[in-house]
Amino acid sequence: MTNNNEMGEMRSPGDASHDLHATYTPVFTGARKAELDELLTRYPTKMAALLPALWIVQHERGWVPAEGMAEVAAILELTPAYVKGVVSFYTMYHQHPVATHFIQVCTTSPCNVCGAEDVVNALLKQTGCEELGVTSPDGKYAVIEVECLGACGFNTPLMVNEQFIESVTVESVPALLASLG
Amino acid sequence: MGFPHTPHERESLVLSKHFGEQEAIGLDGWRKRGGYVALEKALRMEPAEIVQIVKDSGLRGRGGAGFPTGLKWSFMKPGDGKQHYLACNADESEPGTFKDREIMRWTPHALVEGCAIGAYAIGATVAYVYIRGEYSEAIEKMNAACKEAYAAGILGTNAMGTGKTVHVYVHKGAGAYICGEETAMMNSLEGRRGNPRIKPPFPAVSGLFGMPTTINNVETLAAVPHILNNGADWYKTFGRADNPKSTGTKLFSVCGNIAKPGNYEVALGFPFKDFLYDLCGGPLPGRQFKAIIPGGISVPIQTREEAENSPMDYEGFVANGTMLGSGGVIIIDDAQNLVKQIARAARFFAHESCAQCTQCREGTAWTTKILERIVAGDGTHEDLDTLLEIADNMTGKTICVLSDSCATPVVSGIQKFRPDFEALIKRKKVHMVPAQVA
Repeated sequence: MTNNNEMGEMRSPGDASHDLHATYTPVFTGARKAELDELLTRYPTKMAALLPALWIVQHERGWVPAEGMAEVAAILELTPAYVKGVVSFYTMYHQHPVATHFIQVCTTSPCNVCGAEDVVNALLKQTGCEELGVTSPDGKYAVIEVECLGACGFNTPLMVNEQFIESVTVESVPALLASLG
Repeated sequence: MGFPHTPHERESLVLSKHFGEQEAIGLDGWRKRGGYVALEKALRMEPAEIVQIVKDSGLRGRGGAGFPTGLKWSFMKPGDGKQHYLACNADESEPGTFKDREIMRWTPHALVEGCAIGAYAIGATVAYVYIRGEYSEAIEKMNAACKEAYAAGILGTNAMGTGKTVHVYVHKGAGAYICGEETAMMNSLEGRRGNPRIKPPFPAVSGLFGMPTTINNVETLAAVPHILNNGADWYKTFGRADNPKSTGTKLFSVCGNIAKPGNYEVALGFPFKDFLYDLCGGPLPGRQFKAIIPGGISVPIQTREEAENSPMDYEGFVANGTMLGSGGVIIIDDAQNLVKQIARAARFFAHESCAQCTQCREGTAWTTKILERIVAGDGTHEDLDTLLEIADNMTGKTICVLSDSCATPVVSGIQKFRPDFEALIKRKKVHMVPAQVA
């Protein structure tokens, strides 16, 4: 697949990743490497450490870049394409950089009947995001709906990055956003 | 008990006895409460003896299917020369269910102990606890509990000084409902996409890493230490006298439009009506329950009148036309648009389908599309027939039951609440054609 860039030149995506690669610093050095080595002792195959390894990349970088997938692939003796296939299956791995505060609000039926959509609307308005999945102009917030967070009795639950927050109401949204800064 | 954790006098507190107690989270506090006595006892027993006690207790799977736990364990043959695995299913994602989360948040050592006993009983040296990625607090508490247990010599190559090897590892998921399906969970643990596998082979023959594997729910494993401490006969005292097939206590998560949502632990067979009105405080002021889903969103929806007569156990709910499922009780009251909620449930399944089977991939998507069309006021009467036809195509025809689970609320919803659908269809929007300007 090739794309025409703005200059009208043909450029393959490979070039772009090559450019980035030059500035890519590996994740798995020092303490992170030791962490992964310990994880590998828990499983009979290297492949089984794939999900934990991807989590480490996301913790370090805030998302999982293609170079991170390639790095993990090399260590676990997999192909980058295979790793990408796994990454794209799971909703929690970000395949692109996300806002500083990535807010996921549960709106599945049990929360929906308790007013989760009102919480979403309040968040969209007060963060300046306006639309689901759109990052706010200041780059600080993005709001998406998420499927059942498994805290149905504590409406409305949401996650800000990996922090779980329960019992959010329309009234408590301003305080919540203030606490995030 | 609702939240905060104030138990109701009619609850039977076994698993939830220490919910809300900060001290119970750590190893010392847990030991003060009788922690790891059962494991020490178990490690000095023959695995077959443990399996027999669990069989005798009548404990059944608390994740949804209700398979007898002792029988499941007996499929594993210790000494066959193969590496065995125990996988604990903590991928709690069934809408309406949040009980395993509370077990792991408040009593993580109860689960570590249950896993260790379970692993030893099936001849496994390794147990993996697969926790959904969103449960950050549960993951943190479970990791801390495992660390403490290793440091205290409870886990490891000389578990509790008995010379036996028991490892318990936490494995963090990454956001996929389908990984709560046991074969998908095994794929995910192996570092693959979470696509369910075709059965047979069943996990006890060829499971995790191709080896004999048992998969148990969090609540099931957490009950095991209590059974070993108090005996199978004690466990059987919980339950209806006329139904020996459902024994023990069960955590029910209650959510939706109800006065006191939360987790409640009752003896199986507890009258559902008392449960809803007495323990959970009944409907919100000025409202009435309209629809009740007693076991997570995958089980048939019932009207209030139907649901209230059930005894809360596996057989009681089935006899009444629904299922105990995971014990996630969802209440929808008369202030809600029920069709919208069924459409939202369908959207959940469409989002979570792994897309491996055509019936599921297409069926969940079209079901959602048609339902949302009805909710938007653009439905037709043929839509209801189409939905039922699609649901028929989605039932019993796929590798796993996610597809069936999507069809269930739709079919039972149309059966029980057809007037709600028809009212929306009759209210059909009339699309005005702009007048021609001459």
